[in-house]
Amino acid sequence: MWAMARAATTTDAFNAVAEPRRRQILDVLSAGERPVNDLVSQLGLAQPVVSKHLRVLREVGLVDVRGDGRQRIYGINANPLKPIHDWVKTYERSWSERFDRLDAVLEELKQQEEHGDGSGK
Amino acid sequence: MAVASSKTAVVTLPTDRQILITRDFNAPKHLVYKAYTTPELIKRWWSGNRGTVTTAEIDPRVGGKWRNSMTAQDGSEVAFHGEIREIIPTERLVWTEIYEGVPNGEASAAIVTHTFAEKEGRTTLTMLMELPNQEVRDMIIQTGMEGGLQEALDHLEQVALSLR
Repeated sequence: MWAMARAATTTDAFNAVAEPRRRQILDVLSAGERPVNDLVSQLGLAQPVVSKHLRVLREVGLVDVRGDGRQRIYGINANPLKPIHDWVKTYERSWSERFDRLDAVLEELKQQEEHGDGSGK
Repeated sequence: MAVASSKTAVVTLPTDRQILITRDFNAPKHLVYKAYTTPELIKRWWSGNRGTVTTAEIDPRVGGKWRNSMTAQDGSEVAFHGEIREIIPTERLVWTEIYEGVPNGEASAAIVTHTFAEKEGRTTLTMLMELPNQEVRDMIIQTGMEGGLQEALDHLEQVALSLR
């Protein structure tokens, strides 16, 4: 777990997915490999913009590229996202535990209001 | 109760310096706000399953201070404090949040914006945590991973005990 946390920091997949257009690219690629032209038309962005984002995604290892004749085909590699996913899940669990307790407090407050024994209501 | 226990907080990362937490509650917003800002009530939920709340203080006005602390299961003390920036009772609460477990915590203060939105008697709480820089984000992530590891070990211990 430590190793994964460190990996997230050094490769900075976080930064890569913080950019909305890069998330869009990943969304499209999650459905399957695409040549760059497809990405350009599907996203409605200029080719240099798409290429720039693809370069960033490749640098952090989120996107792989392979040559296919004259076309370059891009595909997603979700492994660098795993530390982020793991962290988010852990954080979510910790807040969920708190909020489950808060639910119990709220049930009690609702009962108090219904029965008019809350103070100053 | 099966429905209640399946409710989860949803955590997303809108940008590289933001953490967004959302959760629905089956209660009107004035009660969620009350549970969130009343010390005796904070004490009952803020530590989750990780320990016991030892301090819950809040001075609910602009410029007022707040501080929460707990004793974790391993005996360590975990504390946060900050100052209220904006407050609209039952609707919106903006405060700074400083983790006391690091030196020079002031420099890593987060700004947390809580919004309480009610619809048909249910309330959606959104907490947007904005961090000053990526170093703080990374620190939170590392701390979170440690917490996760601790939790996993606790779970393992319980499983181990049940096998005796």
